[in-house]
Amino acid sequence: MTTPRTLFEKLWSAHAVVRRDDGNTLLWVDRHLVHEGSHHAFAKLKTRGQKVARPGLTFAVVDHYAPTRAGVVDPDVARMIKTLGDNARAHDVTLFDLKDPEQGIVHVIGPELGLTLPGLQVNCGDSHTSTHGAFGALAFGVGATEVAHILATQTVWQAQPRTMRITVGGALGAGVTAKDLALHWIAKLGADGARGHAIEYAGAVIRGLSMQGRMTLCNLSIEGGARLGLIAPDEVTFDYLEGRRFAPKGADLARAVDDWAALKSDADAEFEREEYIDAADIAPTVTWGTSPEEALPISATIPDPAASAPGKSAAIRASLDYMGLTPGTPINSIPIDQVFIGSCTNGRIEDLRMAAKVLAGRRARVPGLISPGSAKVKRQAEAEGLALIFTEAGLEWANSGCSMCVGMNGDEVLAGKRCASSTNRNFKGRQGRGARTHLMSPAMVAAAAVTGHLTDVRPLLEGRL
Amino acid sequence: MNGWQIHDGVAVALAAENVDTDQLIPARFMSTPRSQGYGQFLLHDMRQDDPDHVLNHATATVLVARRNFGSGSSREAAVYALRDFGIRAVFAPSFGDIFSGNAVNNGLLPARLSDEKIEALLSDLAGGPADVRIDLVAGTARIAGRDARFELDPVSLEKLKNGWDDIDLTAQHSGAIDAFFDARKSRHGWIMPAG
Repeated sequence: MTTPRTLFEKLWSAHAVVRRDDGNTLLWVDRHLVHEGSHHAFAKLKTRGQKVARPGLTFAVVDHYAPTRAGVVDPDVARMIKTLGDNARAHDVTLFDLKDPEQGIVHVIGPELGLTLPGLQVNCGDSHTSTHGAFGALAFGVGATEVAHILATQTVWQAQPRTMRITVGGALGAGVTAKDLALHWIAKLGADGARGHAIEYAGAVIRGLSMQGRMTLCNLSIEGGARLGLIAPDEVTFDYLEGRRFAPKGADLARAVDDWAALKSDADAEFEREEYIDAADIAPTVTWGTSPEEALPISATIPDPAASAPGKSAAIRASLDYMGLTPGTPINSIPIDQVFIGSCTNGRIEDLRMAAKVLAGRRARVPGLISPGSAKVKRQAEAEGLALIFTEAGLEWANSGCSMCVGMNGDEVLAGKRCASSTNRNFKGRQGRGARTHLMSPAMVAAAAVTGHLTDVRPLLEGRL
Repeated sequence: MNGWQIHDGVAVALAAENVDTDQLIPARFMSTPRSQGYGQFLLHDMRQDDPDHVLNHATATVLVARRNFGSGSSREAAVYALRDFGIRAVFAPSFGDIFSGNAVNNGLLPARLSDEKIEALLSDLAGGPADVRIDLVAGTARIAGRDARFELDPVSLEKLKNGWDDIDLTAQHSGAIDAFFDARKSRHGWIMPAG
């Protein structure tokens, strides 16, 4: 009888080319995704006079600097996009350029195109690569030195993370989403709560999530400090992948599904850490500070630093100072200046559908930008009439890219402005210098748009779900 | 990258937790070629908003910070900013996982100390910069006269000490890598991108 193993341990073993005595493992990379930020890595390859080892397993996409609105493109932005194109062409790497009908945010198009599959290892020089774990893939972000190493060898050295399982039982209430679940656990365990661990999400609530909800949850694993997030593939996964451009088809698909069905933790497998969350405890959740762990239910009030331990109270005070908030303020009374819906966390079609349910027939009281996660999501939202709902509500409908989540393309929140945002980071200066970000689900962003302040979306969804 | 074993320099306090990589280098500077030097971007907004910030006045080579240093984005530019500024080591109770890897790949020591030790050092350094000596191989540091034994995994220690480049190390495994790929393709015919 073999030792029961977790899904993560099975995936790790399946990709281990070399295991060193010191614990470092050389892992095979099945899919390497690159974006404009890869310029440091390509420059290193050039210095060494090397070519990309496996261009057929490498895919490039313009997302971080992609302009989303008409107008003059900043020369630095244009140069970054051109550099990616030049590098892709020089190394025979497939490129999804700005005008490509399959362009989009790397973590949206990977799954959309069927590049992401159960059992594969997916790497990208971007921390939100954990998104792809939603398919039962071994997926994690790496830095530029490691990107160069993968380009040169199609492998990466890694220390093996510890195993951790987050089981979510019960049921999510109406209007409560995977985003709320993620912010809830990160607030509970901390922004470094899962540091050094590979999380497997399990339980009835996870089984009940769509692929898009699972991607949102795995995407935010990094915000809780995890090396990666994972969900065992099932029929929901297999159905999603059928017919995708780069996914297996016909007899290949049948063989693949046979392999994929074995991708789950053994019944008696032991995790080094176990956490349980009751979904009934989760309300629509928003961040109030400058770390994703600084999140509370919408019904709560802004915390009082005086009521915390000395080290913690300094952190709370610094967050409140930056955010321009006063202890004791009800969170649902905080006025906002603008909204943003998009990003690799919440820029998929289901996210836009949820926002549209709230916005249909209503007007936004503040300006806002909606940037779909990919060109395909954009077309679909337009075909479904969602884009019209957004523009009739007074919001701006833009092209796809990382956009206002990270502000690299010029889509920024101005200093001192408060933005309700469906993105992943409320760090100081993340959406622009001095910008004040409140993270929440797309539905909650839409609710903030129509009321002009942070608010519970649930009353606004009555009769609309 | 050159290896190192002993560092004599100057330590300063950065008494904040969750100093994420967006703070270490704001995204708007990341289109700059490395050859222009990233030191000018280190903690750019924090330093500009606070003219009295210690890094505006001291020639620091070591930072002492609170938990979850370098969390967030995988941007290696955060490490470039630290290195180009002249920083050789950061002491904190915990680091973002990707940041730690990036740091070691660029000769920057991410040294873990207990919360209690960090708080004591922050008190020591509250008055200003102080001398520091780090013995990498011994795993010890003397900061402002206080001795500390830090935690670092053995793989990171070897890399920092030797200044290894992983691509060179991996070259010796090229035969194993090719064989692995061939076996993987024959066992799982579906793994190559279709179409």
